[in-house]
Amino acid sequence: MLLIRCPYCEEERPELEFRNAGEAHIARSANMAGESDDDFEKFFFIRSNPKGIIYERWRHMHGCARFFNAVRDTVTDRFVMTYKAGEPKPSKLPGVGK
Amino acid sequence: MKKYSVFAIAREAMRGHKGWEEQWSSPEPRKEYDVIIVGAGGHGLATAYYLATVHGITNVAVLEKGWLGGGNTGRNTTIIRSNYLYDESAGIYDHALKLWDGLSQELNYNVMYSARGVMMLAHNVHDVQVLKRHVHANRLNGIDNEWLTPEQAKEFCPPLNTSRDARYPVVGAALQRRGGTARHDAVAWGYARGASARGVHIIQNCEVTGVKRAANGAVLGVDTTRGFIGAKKVGVVAAGHSSVIMNMAGVRMPLESYPLQALVSEPVKPVVPCVVMSNTVHAYISQSDKGELVIGAGTDQYVSYSQTGGLHILQHTLDAICEMFPIFTRMKMLRSWGGIVDVTPDRSPILAKTPVPGLYVNCGWGTGGFKATPGSGHVFAHTIAKDDPHPINAPFTIERFRTGRLIDEAAAAAVAH
Repeated sequence: MLLIRCPYCEEERPELEFRNAGEAHIARSANMAGESDDDFEKFFFIRSNPKGIIYERWRHMHGCARFFNAVRDTVTDRFVMTYKAGEPKPSKLPGVGK
Repeated sequence: MKKYSVFAIAREAMRGHKGWEEQWSSPEPRKEYDVIIVGAGGHGLATAYYLATVHGITNVAVLEKGWLGGGNTGRNTTIIRSNYLYDESAGIYDHALKLWDGLSQELNYNVMYSARGVMMLAHNVHDVQVLKRHVHANRLNGIDNEWLTPEQAKEFCPPLNTSRDARYPVVGAALQRRGGTARHDAVAWGYARGASARGVHIIQNCEVTGVKRAANGAVLGVDTTRGFIGAKKVGVVAAGHSSVIMNMAGVRMPLESYPLQALVSEPVKPVVPCVVMSNTVHAYISQSDKGELVIGAGTDQYVSYSQTGGLHILQHTLDAICEMFPIFTRMKMLRSWGGIVDVTPDRSPILAKTPVPGLYVNCGWGTGGFKATPGSGHVFAHTIAKDDPHPINAPFTIERFRTGRLIDEAAAAAVAH
């Protein structure tokens, strides 16, 4: 089971308290009805599914119930960091080469 | 290829078993092939086998980064059934089921296909409605499926707890008698042996690291840990790593990869005569011919390539198993493991041409690809050989996620995947 640090509660808590909410930083169009089929497919279905560093959303379901973002390595399942929703995608990752 | 038979066993018994030959050869890769298949699991090897036997294309290499059948082919719970809701799914899964029947004879290799029946339990009114809908839909598609009362379910599987006092009482079940199990390793080995005997090269410990494309976009071949290997046609059958390989060719996929776990108990005498599945309490179980109870758990909730999973997922499944079969509460579990499954948004596979000329993909089988192995290989070989899909896999395109013509087995949620 993963241990996940909620950036709002500022505590590391067991995975059972959280719900994964998929890839992060996928912007929803302000004009959804005007989206082309191609763009809608990219937004709704296409995922990067990386083997390595992933940016993903979690929700602290059985805690503060808030959404936040996390950076995790999908090979080791080790969390690099978590950060609050709305904060920009971190350009430098602590403890990751380059 | 020397044929396996009772006479071969007798002959080898007389001479100390010195005459058995290797089941498949391990040749050095050529510079170029007509077709490269990426991934030597069941689906990839079946594709190579049918390319050779049905389409006469034998200048084929199957590249495998690890060892043959060491991925999800050797990690699944070996369940075979075709009781899917939609016509497209029924088409492809029943195509496979028809090939399972007779596969051992076709391959001259005992894949131990056992049509012992797959029974799916209903625990509430919703389950009853959904499963009965499946029974009717399946029958309209010519697929056997029948409704059982709790008493009939108990008769078919005596250790099942059908008490009305159970936390989730069994109120009925849907039974597909043609469903069952097969020996998963033997499926990979049998296809590998048959393909190798017809000239297909199976190259293990050879990881694909890049896909090379010409200026016009067409595939030229693949970079591997053993150098560049050319081919005008490349079929990607890489399960959990399909999107990784497709990314090398510049194609982004509607896939996410999750860990899926399974476990087996200590071996015991025959006690579970069929496959029992329950989607509501989320567990399924069968018994291998060795006597182990084979139990399938769910996926973890996050994308991962770790080939492991959380212990709480297994605990949740075992809770459900003990609920359905109280006699197993003191059974000891021997081993658990995880595999990485590639899941599409509609939970149906993709077997199709891609936007890249000469690149084909067979992926997205999610948590239930083993049952489809023969059918998947058969129609994918057709797709590659003819550069055009077989009518059975024609609906399973990548483009369906743009056009909206989904095959939404995910929403038909009575079916565990």
